[in-house]
This record gives sequence, C-alpha cells and structure tokens, in this order.
Amino acid sequence: MTLLDQFQLFLKGLGWPEWAWYAVPAIVGILVIIVFVLTIVIVFIWWERRLISRFQIRLGPNRCGPEGIFQPIATAVKILLKEDIVPDKADKLIHFLAPIIVFMPILLIFAVIPISQGAVLVDLNVGIVYVIAISSISVIGIFMAAWGSANKYSYISGMRSIAQMVSYELPVVLSLVGVALVAGSFSTVKIVEAQGIPFILMMPLGFMIFFLGSLAEMNRSPFDLLEADSEIVAGYHIEYSGMKFAMFYLGEYGVALAYAGIITTLFLSGWQGPLLPPVIWFIVKVMLVFSVIVWIRSTVPRFRVDQLMSFAWKCMLPLAVINLIIIAIEVLAIPAALQWVMIIVNFAAAGLLVLLWSRLFTLGGGRVEV
Amino acid sequence: MPVKTESFYLNVGPQHPSTHGVFRLRLTLDGEVVVDVEPIVGYLHRGIEKLAETRTYTQIIPLTDRLDYLASMTDNVAYCLAVEKLAGIKVPERAEYIRIIISELMRISSHMMAVGFYLNDCGAFFTPVLYMWREREKILDLFDMLCGQRLLYNYMRVGGVSQDLPDDFLPALKKFVDEMPKYIGEYNQLIKDNEIFLARSKGVGILPKETAVNIGASGPVLRASGVKWDLRKMDPYSIYDRFDFDVPIGEVGDCYDRYWVRVLEMMQSLRIIEQAMKQMPQEGPVIADVPQFFRPPKGETYGYIEAPKGNLGFYIVSDGSIAPYRLHIFPPTLINITALKDMMVGWKVADMIIIFGSMDVVLGEIDR
Repeated sequence: MTLLDQFQLFLKGLGWPEWAWYAVPAIVGILVIIVFVLTIVIVFIWWERRLISRFQIRLGPNRCGPEGIFQPIATAVKILLKEDIVPDKADKLIHFLAPIIVFMPILLIFAVIPISQGAVLVDLNVGIVYVIAISSISVIGIFMAAWGSANKYSYISGMRSIAQMVSYELPVVLSLVGVALVAGSFSTVKIVEAQGIPFILMMPLGFMIFFLGSLAEMNRSPFDLLEADSEIVAGYHIEYSGMKFAMFYLGEYGVALAYAGIITTLFLSGWQGPLLPPVIWFIVKVMLVFSVIVWIRSTVPRFRVDQLMSFAWKCMLPLAVINLIIIAIEVLAIPAALQWVMIIVNFAAAGLLVLLWSRLFTLGGGRVEV
Repeated sequence: MPVKTESFYLNVGPQHPSTHGVFRLRLTLDGEVVVDVEPIVGYLHRGIEKLAETRTYTQIIPLTDRLDYLASMTDNVAYCLAVEKLAGIKVPERAEYIRIIISELMRISSHMMAVGFYLNDCGAFFTPVLYMWREREKILDLFDMLCGQRLLYNYMRVGGVSQDLPDDFLPALKKFVDEMPKYIGEYNQLIKDNEIFLARSKGVGILPKETAVNIGASGPVLRASGVKWDLRKMDPYSIYDRFDFDVPIGEVGDCYDRYWVRVLEMMQSLRIIEQAMKQMPQEGPVIADVPQFFRPPKGETYGYIEAPKGNLGFYIVSDGSIAPYRLHIFPPTLINITALKDMMVGWKVADMIIIFGSMDVVLGEIDR
C-alpha cells in the first residue's frame, strides 16, 4: 500500500466527497515535489560550489551562515532583485516562455521517481518511457531561448543543443531498454524492487552509457557545449537576467537532480539499503551521483562539437546496441537464480568492449577546407 | 535540391571571456566553421611610447611594467638593457645574476598562466588555472619580498636593480626550485595524458615552420613549430652564455606543441636558476653609479631580450636630453598573432578559441 492509498483512505475516513480523494492528494503531492526539488536544488548549488572549490584547492563560499550554507539563498535574492532585460530584437513571447518550458518538465520527472517505499506520486506502468518523453521537452525550451534571444552566440548554442540532445537520446534510451529487460517492467517502482543486486553491477556498460549520455542531456562537462563559457559565452541564456535567468539556473541543477534520481532509481537500487531509512538512502545516493558529476566537471576539458557527435554515433550508439543484445541473450539464457553469472559476464564484456573501442575508435574531424 | 547555406559575422570580443583582455576578432562563420578572421587590436592603447617621450629614463621603467603585465620584470630588463647599451653602462656582477634569476622566475610564472588559461579555453572549468596559480603565488611572494609588489614591480633600474636581495630570499628560492619539478609532474598528470585534451589540441591550429619564420614569430610559438631559435642561445645578452640549458622545440607546431614547449621551458628555467644561485657572488654592489637624471649620449640603439612570450625589443633614440626622443617597443605577441588567420581558417569556433589561447597573448603588450 503506497502513501497515496493511505492518504486517500484517510480522506475517506474524514468523510470528504469523492472528487476530493483524488484532487487533494494530487495538489499535496505536487507541493511536496516542488518543495523537495527546490530544497535539494539549493543544497546542490551549495554542495557543487563547496566541492568544486575543494578540487580547486580553494575554500569556496564560507561567509554566509555556517560553512556558507546560506550562500545560495543570498544568490537567489540577488538574482530576484536584478532588472529583467529583454533584448530589443528578441521574440518577446518565445523569450518569455522558454525558461518555463525548460524548468517545467524537470518537475514532472519527479512524479515517477520513488523516493522511499511507496512514496511515489504516480506509479506509471510506462515510467521509463514517460521519463524519456518528458525530459526531451527541455530541448524545445532551450531552442526557444536560443532563437528568441536574437543573439548569434545563443543561435550557435541552439543549433548545438538540437544536435547534441537528439544524438545522445538514442544511446540513453537503448541502455534503458536493457534495464527494462532485466527488471521485466517499465515501472520505476518495479525496477527498484527488482534490484536485489544493483543494476550497476549487473550491467556496467549500460550504466556507463547511461551516465555519459545523461551528462550530455543535462549539459554538464565535458559535454557542456551549450553554455560553453569560453566559446559562446553563456550560450542559450546569454540574454537572460533576473528571474528568467534564475529559472535556467534552477533548471540546470534541477535536471542534474532529476538525472541523479533516475540513475539512483535505475542503477543504484533506489531507496533500498541497510540500516538507514529509505529516504536517507535515496538522498545519499543522489548526492553521491551528483558529486561524481561535479568531480568530472572539475577535471576534464570540453569536447568539440564534431567530436561530441562522433562520440555519440561512433562510440556510444554501437556500444549501446551491443550491450542491449548481450543483455537480451542473458535474460533468455540465464535463469534468475544465477544472476552472479551475469555480473561476471557483463563485467568481462564491458572491459573487453571498452578496450576495443578505446583502441579502434577515433574521434576524427579536424580542419575543413573552405 | 542542394542545401544552401549562408555565412554570418560574429564579433568575438572586445568583451569576451576568452580573448584574454580586450582583443576583438571579427569572424565570418559558416555554421561552426571559421571562414574568415579579422583581428582588431587597439582597445587597450595607452600611448606608452608617446608618454615615454616626456619622462626621464628612470621614470619610463614603471611604464614598461604595463606592457606585458604578466611578465613585468622581463619588460623592465629589456628596457634597462637597451638604455645600458645606449649609454654604455656596465652592470655589476651581482645585479646581472639577480636579473637572470628574476627573468627566469618570471618566465615560469608567465608560462604557468599561459598553460592554465589555455586549459581554461579548452573548457576545463578553472581547475588547471587554480593549480597553476598555487605555484605562481609562490613566485609572486618571492617578488613581493624583493620590492613589495606583486604585479607591476618597477624593480629594475638602469645599471642594475633597485635593491639587494633580502636575507630570506635565497632560502625561499631554493625551496621553490626544489619543489617545483614535483608540481610540474603533477600538472602533467592532470593535463598531459587527458584524452579529451589530446583530442582537442593535437593537430589543431598548425603553424608551419615556414609561415612562422616568414611572419617573424618568436618565443614558444616559433619554437613549437620546430625552429630552434632562442635569443638566450643565439645572441646571448646579459650573462646567458655562462649557463647550460637546452632549447626545447616542438614537432609540428600545433596547439599541443605550444603547450608542451612551455612546460619544457619551465624545466629549463629552473635549471638556469639553480646554476645562477650557485655562481652568484655573495656580495657586492647591485647598481652601477648612474645619476637620477642621467643623459645618454646622442644616438640610437635597439635592445632586445628573449621575453617569456618572444623577442621583446626596445628601440630608443636619444637626443642627449634626460628623456628619449623616441621610444619604440617591438612586442612579440603582436607579431605572433599576425598568423591567426592562417591558423584559424577552416577550424571550428571552439578551435578558434584554443588556437588564440595557445598563442598566449597579453593585450597590454599588443596595444601598448
């Protein structure tokens, strides 16, 4: 029995009318998700700034409250008080709508992420498909921002965003199909329950592909070409200020939280874990994934746009297909009791394939004759 | 139906995070590909050459600090050498050694900034820069000991240096020289073998040997193209002929070579500093007897050194008064960036940025 069912029973017990059994939990659930997302996003902003400064042998914000914990709030106040500037040549309506369209799907993703046992807003039987479909909407928002700003830098960024998001969607989806095959369901709740052994051990290659693909989907380094600050300054949000910029800023961390949540749910056995309560386990795992993302950001340089594309099409897509084939065969051939065989085979296969690709695969590209 | 594309203009700078100041590039882009480049300089023009005409020879030294502000000491040295050549002043032995040590420290510091910010242009979010800054900070502390300044030193004087080394300078320098190779190894670990870095910089922005020589490039940019030309070796000024060091050169002249030559030069600079510390006379005067308002004889001269960024020259015309009649500065980076168009055309926007970053420009020197 999920928390939602318990809440409905409670309302029935109070003698509320039938439509309220559905409307009230929905509104409460949405509010809880918004509060949860915004709180964790604020913690994320603080955590990224502190952690990345540790990687960079400096202290980071530490004046505003203990360990600088109130720094994101100060930043938020600063952003809110800023003047809202709209370029003269901008397409006003699109420029206005874009930040909303970028931010909204991120909240929607959380509807299917089980934070604890039974604590999920809606247990869709097509949960993963829903996540993929919803998360793709952000691209439209980014392109609207890029196009609506009437700025050449943001225009380049918009072109990059379409190419990047569309390319990386494919390997991401294919690696998720492997998860669905092993779990036997598309529902996120079922997938968490199926992970006696976390799927990161069962399909390391699938995890790697999904992780790198999601780095690209959330525009994180080394795939942060959309907002490459050293090349195209800030990319699609170059002409945004004030609250609209804050929406992009929240969106950037919100999508990191969303993907960290998806990775936790699909590969790190979600809320499951010994001793500690499930919610704590979920948050710890999400923070862990996010810390790895920050670690990568602070270490590696950025890909070039043609290298990014060839990495997606020549490296990740074939690997994702091979991974899917291997897992499909294993699901048919190996009985559920012998999952440890699968672990060994998949680790061997992942090592072999990565070695093979690292030898044979070249990024290509280079100078173009003009 | 063939797809019709149209090129467009993009102004990079003068306000842009990666132009290292107020440089401006007017690009013609076909999608992401650079079709045409037009560099526009002059946004940081302060008229230093004209200002110098109304100042005494000593008063010009602080102006030279403002040229290449990441290597102010070598700017000072270049100017002082030119004036000494003009007036025939003999610099005391100890001052010569102090100058060498400081020039080489400045070279290390300047190359560190170059390498760090080159990585930043590649998209590594400030980590390499901040690691470089950790060591650069120690060099700045050493300079702080010498003259109380951290960026614009005004330490050199015509005929020597303004003051002797403080007592705790040499032990601190020794410590730095001993530790530095370890840190350079650490940087190589972080940067050199990074696959993405190699993919981004190997073979990108090749400056062929012939082009480099034809445009008159100098410094690491020239040496990365495979030309073994270093004024310290070819025409030893000051006392560089007393030291044993190598001139590292690159193979193909791409961005990677320009990065790697700089790292190797840092090691060579450390070698020179070690030798200079051993050979330096323990005491003695550090400045020749030069009056405050001294008047060099009528005539003209051209003094030049191997600055961190290349061949830095000062052309001075004296009419026998306390101020030069004309002072002209030969800035290495201005000459180096004349090759930008050859190097950038055909590459992508992202490559354009790192090619420019690998040239290691300082706008104070280009615009003067």
